[in-house]
Amino acid sequence: MKNWKVVALSTMFSGVLAFTTACGGNATNEGEKNGSSQQLQGDVKMDGSSTVFPIMEATAEEYMAEQPGVKVSVGVSGTGGGFEKFTKGETDFSNASRPIKDEEKQAAQKNGIEYQEFKIAYDGLSVVVNKENTWVDHLTVDELKKIWTSGAVSGNDKVKWSDIRKGWPDEEIKLFSPGHDSGTFDYFDEVILNKQPINKNAQLSEDDNVLVKGVEGDKNAIGYFGFAYYVENKNKLKVVPIDGGNGPVEPTHETIRSGEYKPLSRPLFTYVNLKSLKEKPQVYDFAKYILENGAKFSEDVGYVALPKDEYTQQLKTLEGLKK
Amino acid sequence: MKRLVDHSEVIQHMNGRLVKNNIFKLLFFFATVFGLIILVVLLYRVFTQATGWLNIDFLQNFPSRIPERAGIKAALVGSIWLMAMVAPLSLFLGVGTAIYLEEYAKKSRFTDFIQTNISNLAGVPSIVFGLLGLTVFARGMELGRSVLAAGLTMSLLVLPVIVVASQEALRAVPNQLREASYGMGATKWQTIYRVVLPAAVPGILTGSILALSRAIGETAPLIVLGIPTFIAYLPKSVFDTFTVMPMQIYNWTGRPQEEFQHVAAAGIVVLLVLLVMLNSIAIWIRNKFQKRF
Repeated sequence: MKNWKVVALSTMFSGVLAFTTACGGNATNEGEKNGSSQQLQGDVKMDGSSTVFPIMEATAEEYMAEQPGVKVSVGVSGTGGGFEKFTKGETDFSNASRPIKDEEKQAAQKNGIEYQEFKIAYDGLSVVVNKENTWVDHLTVDELKKIWTSGAVSGNDKVKWSDIRKGWPDEEIKLFSPGHDSGTFDYFDEVILNKQPINKNAQLSEDDNVLVKGVEGDKNAIGYFGFAYYVENKNKLKVVPIDGGNGPVEPTHETIRSGEYKPLSRPLFTYVNLKSLKEKPQVYDFAKYILENGAKFSEDVGYVALPKDEYTQQLKTLEGLKK
Repeated sequence: MKRLVDHSEVIQHMNGRLVKNNIFKLLFFFATVFGLIILVVLLYRVFTQATGWLNIDFLQNFPSRIPERAGIKAALVGSIWLMAMVAPLSLFLGVGTAIYLEEYAKKSRFTDFIQTNISNLAGVPSIVFGLLGLTVFARGMELGRSVLAAGLTMSLLVLPVIVVASQEALRAVPNQLREASYGMGATKWQTIYRVVLPAAVPGILTGSILALSRAIGETAPLIVLGIPTFIAYLPKSVFDTFTVMPMQIYNWTGRPQEEFQHVAAAGIVVLLVLLVMLNSIAIWIRNKFQKRF
């Protein structure tokens, strides 16, 4: 009996050990093959918004091919969760789908954390309806408010298309929205809902693919989410041009970049800890890499790049910070 | 004269009873089949989505923005590291607690108090353990986002389940076995080690399999700890950062590009295979012990 126990346990653990060490060995070998001018060492810790994550994943992936000695890790604690750690000095970068809030600024100040904000890309929140919806040609911001704000039309929050514009069908609108934890919701909350509660009948989901399915499956559905999700599902959904005061504008790369698509286009940020920037050369190098290649990687993963001179300007700011 | 057993009456009742028997049999059969059907649908969906995406490259690549290049290496190795940490730690602490409470400690208000708390802890949401881990291990002991911090947190999370299961298993060992051992002059420790524990191992392992399977599929506490999702290197020691499969899979399912749904499915298959492997090791050990009695 005793033998069995020893044999069983030792095979289990040696198996685990053999596997992990074998894999570990491979990684270092791959690393040594790559050699470029100035090789850096150390780690870069990044956390924050899951919206910004794909851009940073792409950046880190390509950066580590050039600098295999630098270990970049990217987390997805959400914009708020990321700032919570960033303002305690636990991370070097914090990704955000909204600017830093006052409370978070105070927390940083209290802990003696200085930081710099960098704009990485734009995202255009896209309002979509079902493919079979033939009546909606555009929506104004006021109409959006009427649909989404709780109690704007009736006490029980049941909104019909006919309540929004005359001549539209007398059928109830089904609403699909990202959940309260997402930066997408935060942004919509600010520009459309004005911090009022959201329509009680709206179906909330943290997974944007669920929203896509929801709108796809119901003729009377309306929903909103990041531009990338619309682009990927273009043939299944109908995007609604938004009238922000200067006539209806459809979200496209051009209208989002130029700022013409108002008010639903939003910038995506990353915040860098100044102390890390000065003391760790790899953090500075990675920040530089983000700004140099941000345009390409943002477009790669479905976001909209900033105009070129905005990146150059921010690179100058970055250089100034090193001194 | 009324006969003691009226045959015709019995037959009349019998029919009703047989029908009732059949109804319940069907009901329980459907209960079994229901779970099975859901499982088959799930497996079918996952496997059809994963075909073509699950290959050697997938196991050897690090995550990538390009679905074809994305792989699960970092997460797979991370999950194995985590398990290598959680399994011995939680088993030692859990079984130790159970032995103390069942074999050594006298029944008192204090042990009752401990008992109640352990049972309650089993129902605490995992995110609470994450917050505990963040305050105590990640910040308090300055372990940061390391394998060690996550391993300790996860061990705490599954501990109550292991304690309760082990206690049940120890309690199920017949007292005669202990008495006989004492009768032969064995000490308490000798009795526990040579008689009680071997008899209880099958029960302990059954509970532990469930507990460890939970630990391998859990994400919430790790997200609170700040364990990153993207990592393109492997941990070299318990103080290194790492990521685990469920976090990687969750991230892939949320991507806008449809190809990532397939990548996620391939990840799920790898996770399932790892789970089955870990479980079969435990079941194999369990069966070896079961044969003795």
